[in-house]
Amino acid sequence: MSANHDSANLLEVRGLTKIFGTLTACNHVDLNIAKGEIHALLGENGAGKSTLVKMLFGSLEPNSGEIFWDGQPVRIASPGAAKKLGIGMVFQHFSLFEALTAAENIALSLDDGSPISSIAAKARALSYSYGLPLDPESLVGDLSVGERQRIEIIRCLLQTPQLIILDEPTSVLTPQEADKLFETLERLRSEGKSILYISHRLEEVKRICDRATVLRHGKVVGHCNPRQETAASLARMMVGNEVKAVVRAPAEGIETAPALLEIRALTRKPATPFSIPLRNINLTVRAGEVIGIAGVAGNGQGEFFESVSGEALQPEAGSVRIRGKDAGGMSITGRRLMGAAFVPEERLGHGAAPRMKLSENLLLSRHATDGKAFVGSGGMVKSAAIYAASQRIIEVMDVRKSAPDPEAAALSGGNLQKFIVGRELDRKPSVMVVNQPTWGVDAGAAAHIRQALIELARSGSAVLVISQDLDELFEISDAIAVMHNGELSKPLPIAEATFEKIGLLMGGAEPGHAEHTLETA
Amino acid sequence: MMRLELVKRPQRSALFSVLSPFIAFALTMVAGAIMFALLGVNPLNAFTIYFIEPISQVWQLHELAIKAAPLILIAVGLSVCYRANIWNIGAEGQLIFGAIFGSIIPVVFPGFEGPLVLPLMLILGMFGGAAYAAIPALLKTRFSTNEILTSLMLVYVAQLFLDWLVRGPWRDPQGHGFPQTIQFGDSAILPELMPDAGRANWGFVFALVAAVLIWLLMSRMLKGFEVRVLGSSPRAGRFAGFGFNRMVFFTFLLSGALAGLAGISEVSGAINQLQPVISPGYGFTAIIVAFLGRLNPLGIIAAGLVLALTYLGGEAVQSALGISDKVARVFQGMLLFFVLGCDTLIHYRIRLIGFAAPKLEGAPKLEEAR
Repeated sequence: MSANHDSANLLEVRGLTKIFGTLTACNHVDLNIAKGEIHALLGENGAGKSTLVKMLFGSLEPNSGEIFWDGQPVRIASPGAAKKLGIGMVFQHFSLFEALTAAENIALSLDDGSPISSIAAKARALSYSYGLPLDPESLVGDLSVGERQRIEIIRCLLQTPQLIILDEPTSVLTPQEADKLFETLERLRSEGKSILYISHRLEEVKRICDRATVLRHGKVVGHCNPRQETAASLARMMVGNEVKAVVRAPAEGIETAPALLEIRALTRKPATPFSIPLRNINLTVRAGEVIGIAGVAGNGQGEFFESVSGEALQPEAGSVRIRGKDAGGMSITGRRLMGAAFVPEERLGHGAAPRMKLSENLLLSRHATDGKAFVGSGGMVKSAAIYAASQRIIEVMDVRKSAPDPEAAALSGGNLQKFIVGRELDRKPSVMVVNQPTWGVDAGAAAHIRQALIELARSGSAVLVISQDLDELFEISDAIAVMHNGELSKPLPIAEATFEKIGLLMGGAEPGHAEHTLETA
Repeated sequence: MMRLELVKRPQRSALFSVLSPFIAFALTMVAGAIMFALLGVNPLNAFTIYFIEPISQVWQLHELAIKAAPLILIAVGLSVCYRANIWNIGAEGQLIFGAIFGSIIPVVFPGFEGPLVLPLMLILGMFGGAAYAAIPALLKTRFSTNEILTSLMLVYVAQLFLDWLVRGPWRDPQGHGFPQTIQFGDSAILPELMPDAGRANWGFVFALVAAVLIWLLMSRMLKGFEVRVLGSSPRAGRFAGFGFNRMVFFTFLLSGALAGLAGISEVSGAINQLQPVISPGYGFTAIIVAFLGRLNPLGIIAAGLVLALTYLGGEAVQSALGISDKVARVFQGMLLFFVLGCDTLIHYRIRLIGFAAPKLEGAPKLEEAR
């Protein structure tokens, strides 16, 4: 079904502009959404997608521009006003209370005072009619991310919106869960509802969207029919130039290379009621290889990273071994001194202190390593040396910044990530553990970071990459293991791995089952 | 329809980091002028008596130094705590315990004299303050108690303990029943710096040395970096391998030791004996000093002198104009209020929205600027 250009547009946006200080986040943006179409909003991180959507949903006020709803000029002053018009939104980051049931969470967002039981009944009916099975009585804390997203979608549908905005809905789903979501979206379209679909995954945009609007640096750079484009041509529109492909030569002689990082029967009890226990994890990363760990968010990746990095210690010293030595009882500093380096998922507040300069952030992970290069014997910080080293990293990693030595928070997410990865690469670590290396990083910088990780491995280091981006893992890994509910599957060599197999494991299929599927396929 | 809107700055403003205390001081002056006018006093006259006359002669500068010394000593210690986001509110109690521990030698062993006495007293004073500060640190690290409450409540325990000591076991038998200990012997008295010019003692030198050393620690050394990282982003601190519990003890012991040193210096240099009350609230006023000095040890030296002046000025207006010396408290309170208020300018710009602004309604939305 193609978009109906003749009928009146449901939503029309003309010249919408939003300025933050010196940054023009949205610059005279035009956007038309017809009734009964799935419209993609494409753009890299920082292109202005979120800002535009926030203005449409009433949580940001535009500096100038007009919005027409069903041909009438409207002013959307608040999310409440947006809901009243018939605009619903499913956010990328869910706003659910884990200790409440699905129905209670839905009831909280509806302010009509109807009893929970009737809301639960309505939600159940709606969920089945749209093929989104959901038990309204279940506790959110017990639900998978995909199920939580269903709550958000049903919560949105209960308000019978005409336009549904979905912000990166598949970023937390397994491929199979994403397929289910697409069916629901197509069903909604057939009922005449419009959908604004925000994503940077080009294949799925090509698959389900009727039209696309592409944003770059806050400006609309084009409208197109994604089905007539290739993923490469869409990427070119988003980025503005060709993205360099990552080059990965096959690893050789890995089987006999020394094991630099070994995880042996790693088990961890949950530290909080909502954290995931780790169950008997075994993994070996050898010199020269990149091992990827796939998995839907919240399946124990964060807990696993903490255990490997030494932010959480293990009772069994042998459950983490670095370069052949037991490290389970060692602090993160001790593990760094053995040659390991770590990049956490969260950049601001974990990998970097937001209100400190980049040069000071260099010291964060390298105050004890590098001999006496950065900290003298009396505990005096060598500020000239850390400044020089941070400038070296900035140059190597092509970190774009506004001042010679800005605060970490002043950098864009992608540039800060380049600095944080570069800070560890600069040490030439023999073991590198990275959680979400390119989360929210633009395509050009992501390619740079991935290439650097591959090169580190090929120069003789062991690299472990935890990521929710399957494309990324297939691009850089020599083998992929899947983490599900605190368990880790056996790594599949990249030659044997397929999206389908990894997807099944991500959804919780028995490892044996995935093997079986491949054999019978 | 005029209204103010706060717009978040992309970076903290270096200009307003410096200006903010001065703006706060100016606003305090304006509010103080209104207060004096309401009290029926000519503000100009009152200001002269309050802020100028108390420091117009050399001996008066010595009095200023005497008052400033404990404020600076305590405030530089507190500044380390507050930078680490650890809230020691109980410096007053640590000051008292420093004074008590330091007084053990001159009170219990008055026969022990010689050049060793004073250094031992100072060390004991620091030990006493640190030991007393270790209590809230232990409670926080062991049982996650709120250190604001425990350290504050321990102040009252310390005050009552001192009161009991000087009325009970340590009371001077020849003191005609007054609640005080015996006078310290000569070798237990902190010498004056320039006896011919005024009363200022070595306590002021300790304060300056402590401020410079803590400044070096915070700005040049790894330990200071550790304090700042753990204070601003605890998770990044853990990633760096810095231990939070170790930091709680470090900051409490350091600030406790400095408060204890202030306590024994005050007793040994200015009072020369223990009595039920040995401090006009230095431990609390030092909190204002720390913030007015921007938690920067060098700024704290200046702030300590300003707050010391509010004490002297309070005494001056009381004797000259018959106004209660509680005025000093009012000035200190207003100063803290305006300092904290002006700090908003470091992270936010103020924008005036007039009539002409295009269709903007409702309350300012701070989250917009993120």
